[in-house]
Amino acid sequence: MPEEMVQSRPANEHPAAASGAVIGVENLHKTYVLGEVQVHALRGISLSIARGEFVAIMGASGSGKSTFMNLVGCLDRPTKGRYLLDGQDVSQLNNKELAGIRNRKIGFVFQGFNLLSRTSAVENVELPLIYSGVPHLQRVERALESLRAVGLEGRESHHPAQLSGGQQQRVAVARALVNNPSIILADEPTGNLDSRTSVEIMEVFQRLNKERSITVLLVTHEPDIALYAKRVVTFKDGKVRRDEPVDDPLDAAEVFRTLPALEQDEEEEDKA
Amino acid sequence: MDAAAVIRVALRALARNKMRTVLTMLGIIIGVGAVICTVAIGEGASNQIQESLRNLGDNIVFVSAGSVNNGGVHMGSSATKTLTVADSTAIGQQVPLMVRISPGVGASAQLVYGNQNWYTRVRGVAPPYFEIRRWPVQEGGVFTQHDVDSAADVCVIGLTVVQNLFGDENPLGKTIRVQSLPFRIIGVLAPKGQSPFGQDEDDTIIIPYTTVQKKIAGISWVNFIMGSAASQEAIKPAQAQISSLLRERHHLRPDEDDDFMVSSPTDLAETQAQSGRIMTLLLASIASVSLLVGGIGIMNIMLVSVTERTREIGVRMAVGATEQDVQMQFLSEAVVLSLLGGTVGVLGGVAGSLAVSSMLDWPTRVPPEAIGIAVLFSAAVGIFFGYYPARKAARLDPIDALRYE
Repeated sequence: MPEEMVQSRPANEHPAAASGAVIGVENLHKTYVLGEVQVHALRGISLSIARGEFVAIMGASGSGKSTFMNLVGCLDRPTKGRYLLDGQDVSQLNNKELAGIRNRKIGFVFQGFNLLSRTSAVENVELPLIYSGVPHLQRVERALESLRAVGLEGRESHHPAQLSGGQQQRVAVARALVNNPSIILADEPTGNLDSRTSVEIMEVFQRLNKERSITVLLVTHEPDIALYAKRVVTFKDGKVRRDEPVDDPLDAAEVFRTLPALEQDEEEEDKA
Repeated sequence: MDAAAVIRVALRALARNKMRTVLTMLGIIIGVGAVICTVAIGEGASNQIQESLRNLGDNIVFVSAGSVNNGGVHMGSSATKTLTVADSTAIGQQVPLMVRISPGVGASAQLVYGNQNWYTRVRGVAPPYFEIRRWPVQEGGVFTQHDVDSAADVCVIGLTVVQNLFGDENPLGKTIRVQSLPFRIIGVLAPKGQSPFGQDEDDTIIIPYTTVQKKIAGISWVNFIMGSAASQEAIKPAQAQISSLLRERHHLRPDEDDDFMVSSPTDLAETQAQSGRIMTLLLASIASVSLLVGGIGIMNIMLVSVTERTREIGVRMAVGATEQDVQMQFLSEAVVLSLLGGTVGVLGGVAGSLAVSSMLDWPTRVPPEAIGIAVLFSAAVGIFFGYYPARKAARLDPIDALRYE
């Protein structure tokens, strides 16, 4: 493994970071004002996620898990409470500073892949590097490396339309990975995929988590998928209802081997 | 995000919708093309005026006998007897701004050669006249001061006269009759074409002014005095000096009007050029309305584009694009669009003015600064009309943008 892919621990910028958590959330509140109605999406979430964890967040729709992900992903600011990312208090940064944090510390994987259409895989993957001012050649190099890490060698110049759903999501994972973030946030990453491809994607996450100690935070409403994580946090009505480790997480690679191999050819086939 | 990446992203986005891009650029292309074309035609016309002005002569100052108020009766200028050869000599000696000077007497006369005859304009002048008018002979020579002093019967004729009296015959050395007096032709003038006032300059016969005074018109005064100022800038002061000199020589009291007129064809040509410029400006501003419409077209398409690409904007923001990054991206797209249109428009305008030149035989000239201004202006249109859509894109909330269907 190249050394640069290993996240180095930043100097602690805040006393509360002494715990060594990648994510430290204290009494997080988020209230939306819709006309005259106040919607309390989060009502005091406290959570700590250590480096190298693989956490699944579950909950019904309206439980606040999406709001929580938006806050953790620095796409939004909490109404109240504190959020320490890598020891840095990011709860009251301005938009520009938040963009910088997202760029350097967070990798997003979305349900709908959200790749740029008519843009090659490698160009999709290098997108975050454009905004961190990495020179062109280095961008391409790191994007290729990232694509290799998710097993997409040979598909670098394919456009999203020429890739299967699972391959597209792997491009998205490579994009999330390319900036060497502190944490990967995956929002229903298997929601648009069939169960077989879902296992494949979970295998990628598990491997990155195991081999590179990348912290993964995954939102899902599928209990099957949550079983691949090491810890499951369940949200309800804007609060953490349960937070427990998974005794014996499923090994995606193993599960994959037990699956019938009937669709193998179609999956590997180049749809171009 | 570095400039190269910004431009590459903009070009890629524009290439994605080629048809739309071309149609959007069309407004700018037509606007810039039309402005360039109008300016080229106007510039060509003003060049032509300058050219004909030069053709008229060398910094000409013209003094003509003016109207005289004789006991309440205004006399016509040709009947005015106040302008004399002595006036001409005095101007030559006392107005150093004037480098050449010639008195002039005008008349009309019937010319006869063999069985041909032709009615034309007779000019009686001194030898400097040919230099003042920048009017050399193409064959033979001109008369000398000696011919003037002796009131010699020699003449120089224009090409129109040659054609009408001689046809293909060589007129040099031949004798023609002017009002029954025989004159020897010593030179044929080079063609001068039309004057800015529409007269055929070549339809003339030029004779020493003394000869015209004594033998044709029978007068002792002159009709005009023509001279060259030392430079274009000297024309105005020379006019003033001539004016005051002549007033003094004609013993005019301060309350009396001039009995002469000092003018310069430059004045007239300037007026003509001025009205030409105003016309060009007017047409160019009408044409630039198309630029405005083109700009609105860009704004419209950019707004559509921002809406269409809301999710893309969300993704870019999620991976770390700041508001400025997004704004720059869309702004540069608009500027690239309008600059591209401007460049094509310049090429179209140049091609159009060349076509006008060759098909309609109008002189055109595309001034280089017009090209620069057109390109800068189209960039400005892009910035102006791209700003709002870009701002709108930058203001998007990343969460909403990512969720946008």
